[in-house]
Amino acid sequence: MEQLIEQATSFEVSDKGFYGNFGGAFIPEMLYPNVEELRQNYRQIMADPAFQAEFYALLTDYVGRPTPLFLAKRLSEDIGATIYLKREDLCHTGAHKVNNTIGQILMAQRLGKKRIVAETGAGQHGVATATVCALMGLECIVYMGSIDMERQKPNVDRMRMLGAIVVPATSGSQTLKDATNEAMRHWINNPVDTHYIIGSVVGPHPYPDMVARFQSVISEETRRQLLDKEGRETPDYVVACVGGGSNAAGAFFHYLNEPSVKLVAAEAAGQGIATGHSAATTALGKPGVLHGSRTILMQTDDGQVTEPYSISAGLDYPGIGPLHAHLFESGRGHFHSITDEQAVRAGFKLSKLEGIIPALESAHALAALEELSMTKDDVVVVCLSGRGDKDLSTYTKYLD
Amino acid sequence: MTQELLTQNRINDLFAQKSERLLNVYFTAGFPNLGDTGTVLRGLQQAGVDLVEIGMPYSDPVADGETIQQSNMQALDNGMTLKLLFEQLAGCRDERSGDPVTVPILLMGYINPVLQFGVEAFCQKCREVGVDGVILPDLPLDLYLSEYAATFRQYGILNVFLITPQTAESRIRLIDSETEGFIYMVSSASITGSVKGISDTMRAYFERIQAMNLKNPRLIGFGINNPETFETACQYANGAIVGSAFIRHLQQEGTSAESIRAFVQTIRA
Ligand SMILES: Cc1ncc(COP(=O)(O)O)c(C=O)c1O
Repeated sequence: MEQLIEQATSFEVSDKGFYGNFGGAFIPEMLYPNVEELRQNYRQIMADPAFQAEFYALLTDYVGRPTPLFLAKRLSEDIGATIYLKREDLCHTGAHKVNNTIGQILMAQRLGKKRIVAETGAGQHGVATATVCALMGLECIVYMGSIDMERQKPNVDRMRMLGAIVVPATSGSQTLKDATNEAMRHWINNPVDTHYIIGSVVGPHPYPDMVARFQSVISEETRRQLLDKEGRETPDYVVACVGGGSNAAGAFFHYLNEPSVKLVAAEAAGQGIATGHSAATTALGKPGVLHGSRTILMQTDDGQVTEPYSISAGLDYPGIGPLHAHLFESGRGHFHSITDEQAVRAGFKLSKLEGIIPALESAHALAALEELSMTKDDVVVVCLSGRGDKDLSTYTKYLD
Repeated sequence: MTQELLTQNRINDLFAQKSERLLNVYFTAGFPNLGDTGTVLRGLQQAGVDLVEIGMPYSDPVADGETIQQSNMQALDNGMTLKLLFEQLAGCRDERSGDPVTVPILLMGYINPVLQFGVEAFCQKCREVGVDGVILPDLPLDLYLSEYAATFRQYGILNVFLITPQTAESRIRLIDSETEGFIYMVSSASITGSVKGISDTMRAYFERIQAMNLKNPRLIGFGINNPETFETACQYANGAIVGSAFIRHLQQEGTSAESIRAFVQTIRA
């Protein structure tokens, strides 16, 4: 796709919504007014001191932030470096997703919206959305792939208990991609009173930028906490898993322009990148347009989006956010493909060494630690994006 | 825009000759069977439709409802590709064949397969096989104008843009001044195949656009599925576009020339 867009000099989104060659707003006209309304207002709303006060108050009193930065001593010993875990798993609802939904529900209120639609993969974003809708008294509709509804059943029950309507997405691969299509269609059909709370740094501009900024609280806290514990704000590595890439974007955000900090992204290789059952987007994908942005995505030569596979529903997505596509292309980000088996093993290891059962998604980030050649002096921050309660039925299949 | 293009494009020629009650029918390439593209195209021409819109099937058609989604999936399962579509259309304009296709053809689809094909290669192929215009709902207007309009113009391919009840007047004016062929008026905020009937709100929107005196002709689409809705659309615009209703008809009644003629007659009754 040729010389599409102007050259970006940093990792800041451009006026037109591009990170280097990636991003933009490839949306049907039916969505244009909604997306344009958001684009024109989001920066100003986010900069408003009253908005920020409300956002941070909820993060503190409702979500339980700041989340701890925990020195994982036994894991550090095992890996041979100083490993800190950024404990997003301790957020209310059990994952980082709620940082974004708190921000977006406040945004929706300021835009005068009455109803919320969302997509979900692992169900964590769906639960986080249902939660803030209950908190604010807004109607909530969540689309979820029917396969995901089966493998993440506890989260379906949680959403329903929180008052959300969960609608199965039965088209295509019946996972996150299809849930996203359905949520977009719902938004097209209900453009005036509905806000779409997208769950990752994907979608048309300004979503990737807005979501990254809400999630950037992760690295904002990490810097302070690391200074306190290590006497320096910058680690040698930040490691995070990438589905769409929101926890990674948040964990990387305040380190993007510090080249001394290596940014490591763990993608889901599924059964292996060469098996045809994989979700390792940068390893298998090419530039293209998915869900409103130009990014890297898994597709056929004919430009049909490929159905991904991962053991982890939250990483089972054929694209990545445009910021990550840019980090990959520019070499600023280091991408690793982690198989189901590596992830499960890392999940068990953390459970036994530190007494923390990680989400299968986060287990991919932990597994990436074993692939890095680190020395004893290296300081590493792993974004532990969520807890593993939702994944117990999958994990227990591997118990012997 | 070159003078040459204005005289050579079948869409512009059509509107120069006829400005009322135009019927544009959509169908998905390679549906219901892989080899049906040419059959349906000729069937529609014989039935006397004014324009034909051929859907390029895509795995993730976000602006489409269930009927068109399923026709896309079925076509892909049949093995439909953009390359194959151009092969199926090759020679259809050839007068020596005895049964040349003369009706204006638009390709409708999503941007990703076109980007993978290559925008210039795509335009070149369109020109070569006799495609007159395209509708790519997820290609943004600003990007089209800044990156691709010159290529489309070079090959004489018109790019038709959508407007909806929520589209701002300034944006409609921009689309009207920067594009040609016709303007695709989406009847209400919706995906395809989900609109039921024509409401007063829709009429008010049709009237508002009618009063804008746009330079381009207008066709109304989404929710046009019977003689009543077709008639109403024709009161406010130059004609209408039928999609999901025709896909359902093909599924139930088949692709024979009689079946297609019966459908077109019903709509125009
Ligand atoms: C715990 C957890 N981590 C990571 C992800 C992947 O999303 P993202 O890449 O946007 O952080 C999910 C998605 O559901 C999740 O639940």
